[in-house]
Amino acid sequence: MLTAVVFTPLAGALAILLLAWLTKVIRWQGGSARRKPTPGWLKAGPRTQRARSLALLVSVAELLLSVTVFLSYDLAQGGLQLITRADWIVPINAQYYLGVDGLSAPLVLLNGLLGLCAVLASWNVRRRAKEHFIWLLVLQTAVMGVFTSLDFVLFFVFWELELIPMYLLISIWGSGRKEYSALKFLAFTIFGSAFMLVGLLVLYFSTGTFDMVALGQQKEWSNLILPVQVVFFLFFTAFAIKLPSWPVHTWLPDAHTDAPTAGSVMLAGVLIKMGGYGLIRVCVTMFPEVAREYAWLLVALGVMSVMYGAVVTMRQNDLKRMIAYSSISHMGLVLIGISSVGVAADRLSPVGLSGAALQMFTHGTITGLLFLLVGFVYEKAHTRYIPDLGGLAARMPFLAAFLVMAGLASLGLPGLSGFVAELLVFLGTFSVWGWPTAIAVFSIVLTAGYILWMVQRVMFGPALRRYDHVGDATLAEAIPVVLLFIAILAVGVYPAWLTDVFTSGVAPIISRFG
Amino acid sequence: MTAHDLYLLAPPIALAGVGGLVVLLDLVTRRTGLVAAVSLLGLLLPAAFALALWGDVNTGGAMAGVFDTLVVDKFALFFQFLVLAVVALVILGAADYVARFQRYKGEFYALVLFSALGMMLLAAATELVSMYISLELTSLPLAALAAFLRDERSTEAGLKFLLLSAMSSALLLYGMVLVYGYTGSTQLGEIAQAVAAGGQPFGSPAVLAGGVLIAAGFGFKIAMFPFQMWTPDVYEGAPTPVTAYLSVASKAAGFAVLLRLFSTAFGAVSLDWGMLFAVLSALSMTVGNLMAMGQSNIKRLLAYSTIAHAGYILVGVAAMAVREPAGSEGLGLSSVLFYLGAYAATNLAAFFAVIAITNRTGNDQVDGFAGMGKKAPVVSAVLAFSLVSLIGIPPTAGFMGKLYLFNAAVRADLVWLALVGVVNSAVSAYYYLRVVKALYVSSSESRATVPSSPAVRLALGVSGLGVLFLGIFPAPLLGLAEAAVATLLSLR
Repeated sequence: MLTAVVFTPLAGALAILLLAWLTKVIRWQGGSARRKPTPGWLKAGPRTQRARSLALLVSVAELLLSVTVFLSYDLAQGGLQLITRADWIVPINAQYYLGVDGLSAPLVLLNGLLGLCAVLASWNVRRRAKEHFIWLLVLQTAVMGVFTSLDFVLFFVFWELELIPMYLLISIWGSGRKEYSALKFLAFTIFGSAFMLVGLLVLYFSTGTFDMVALGQQKEWSNLILPVQVVFFLFFTAFAIKLPSWPVHTWLPDAHTDAPTAGSVMLAGVLIKMGGYGLIRVCVTMFPEVAREYAWLLVALGVMSVMYGAVVTMRQNDLKRMIAYSSISHMGLVLIGISSVGVAADRLSPVGLSGAALQMFTHGTITGLLFLLVGFVYEKAHTRYIPDLGGLAARMPFLAAFLVMAGLASLGLPGLSGFVAELLVFLGTFSVWGWPTAIAVFSIVLTAGYILWMVQRVMFGPALRRYDHVGDATLAEAIPVVLLFIAILAVGVYPAWLTDVFTSGVAPIISRFG
Repeated sequence: MTAHDLYLLAPPIALAGVGGLVVLLDLVTRRTGLVAAVSLLGLLLPAAFALALWGDVNTGGAMAGVFDTLVVDKFALFFQFLVLAVVALVILGAADYVARFQRYKGEFYALVLFSALGMMLLAAATELVSMYISLELTSLPLAALAAFLRDERSTEAGLKFLLLSAMSSALLLYGMVLVYGYTGSTQLGEIAQAVAAGGQPFGSPAVLAGGVLIAAGFGFKIAMFPFQMWTPDVYEGAPTPVTAYLSVASKAAGFAVLLRLFSTAFGAVSLDWGMLFAVLSALSMTVGNLMAMGQSNIKRLLAYSTIAHAGYILVGVAAMAVREPAGSEGLGLSSVLFYLGAYAATNLAAFFAVIAITNRTGNDQVDGFAGMGKKAPVVSAVLAFSLVSLIGIPPTAGFMGKLYLFNAAVRADLVWLALVGVVNSAVSAYYYLRVVKALYVSSSESRATVPSSPAVRLALGVSGLGVLFLGIFPAPLLGLAEAAVATLLSLR
């Protein structure tokens, strides 16, 4: 089951490749012999269209698969489910070990959802479309693998597998200083994962296993060759860069701004969630003592990210750059939520941690939606420079309406998902970290400020003559927008379907702090 | 010399026979394809003998012979197979390139085979003099091969290789003399006893000096810092297939003899030289990677990259030397062997792709690869994939190799060295990706496709699939590597 979820996109990518090759061979033979006409099913249209139909098919199937995984997760039973386990590299005891728990099941769903959105968002990609879809699908496989791997080597393989597709997506289909941004993204991540590699080898040395479940149940670390704090920070560095946390966030605005729409959606939607997921799955679960000891650092970095991100966002004139900085601010909340666990010995409430997990999910949907909308606006108006835009609501009422709603979700309007997640984070953290939480809560005001100001400057005001020709969203663009909004609304109105799952997922982690 | 000795020597002898046959054949036929095919198929003969020997060693254990100058054990056979596989691929991949030569096409193959003969003997030698002779047998044909194009650069490359090779041989010989002078023997086993009885670092100052000089001599072979100076110039000037051959087979053979000599003769005092190799490893990686960053010529870039990779492999050597905890002895050694195999597949794939492209464009510059992703999609894909493997990103052989190497380092309590290694891998992404960027991101004006011959494609396909296979299923090769080091360990 999980194998199918992880490798369906990859199979789709290979199918696109195969189809292209087949077409070339048949065309070539037909051309040289001049009698065998190309079969109809291969002639259906230009190559790009076939590639994208196939990609669509695969990503719809992938969404259905991930929905199935989410629904088939038995909440009453809890724990790890849908386990697939086989020997992989026997000499070092590495396994092919997949499984989901309450923490990863929703993220699998999120990845399935955003994968489809990314494919639809690149519906109009004309340039080297075939490759574009191939890399997009490979990327989805990598992220799926990260969320479901329970073996450290496998986890690391998927973690790194994501690098090359994203690098190429940014550097080929991006805009602006795309090559610089792509390299910056790659350099930051690869430095982080270098430390992670050392960390996991150190763990393997003292335990003889790469099994993340077993490592997560380790009672105490006695025979590590490095101090346990050092190992913790080897991992923390990797995940904090990915999250990204201040002060290692600088790759993110560049990468987001210059990535193509689909790339931004995946990057903001799921790739940076890998950082948060890793923090919870590895840093907190395996080293609860160290996490407690250094919770002050997590909360400090979190508050710094939240406030710095929010303040810098206000100063941005580029639509995408603005949303990128707001991501830093919102992902800071994940750090704050994580920092709350088990700091006071008598407090074993899962609220903060499940808030952090929920924040990852909601941020994935909301920011994914924002990047989609902004990407569409850019495609139509050919500029992302906010002062140049204005009065677009008259030309694109659909996009304008959803931009307003996504903005409201982002600033935490009750009834939409952002509110629930932020509430849980603040609720869980306030009793532990009073002042820092109070400061972070203030960021909501800033968020409201920059979001509303942005919407007003872009969408409202007098309609400009130069945007007369600009049209509204097409069907392919509207579908992902509506899909993501449904997810936002569903979490906002009735969060329990998701929070219950997350709570069951973090419960065993919390119990490690007892 | 008994019949059994002949049997032990059968793979190298068969290879020499094939080499001679190729020379003779070249006199009577003008068809280069035939010569290439004979040298390629001829490799099956030594391979078959090696396989038979492997079977015997498997049942009866290692066999020493030929006046105790060489031993046939799994370690030797592992390297013999590796050398044979590399030679086969190089012959395939060179098919296009050799067609460009005006004369001496047959001799090209013969020289490749003769130097492979030296490498096979090197892997089995257990005595200083035969080691030295095998080494010379390896180097002389390589010097001729490097100069094969006979233009200014190639001649310079050949001369440089010859001179520095002679220089390093002198160092090596002097080191061997010192060791012999103190221990009174050229047999590795007897040297080991004398060294262990000495009670000082390396037994005595004379042996210490000898050991350092020997390390320097082999350091030249494996392109280790600070003996790496020749690498970029020779790699750039030599014909590209020869560069590929140098970078893979020559390095593997150098490591084979280095491992055997140090782990056997100086095994008892491994702590004394372990730290030396650890430091040289860190320096090789760092220097290679930093120098590679500024290169605009792909062959020079790959030359600096092999220096860095010599550093990575030395991580395993250092891990072997520094006391390994019980239960994981041999991890350093087997990771070195695995990495050499993985590196051979990766680097050959990269060089074949470079050959396929530059053969048509005649441009060795990284800029010359612009837009190749469209013009030569398969070749570019293999090149990009092998560069990703050189960085060490999964799912490639390079990643698995580094995983084992750094794992061995961590086990041997060399976490700092593992850290230097991973950071270096991250740094190296910068220059490897410049090539990937040129292939796929940059565009070029011309739209002409770049075709390649079936032989090169086959070589590319085999090595490229090897990189992928080892990246996903490393266990079989790792199993072989572990079996190979078991005999070496039992000598300690």
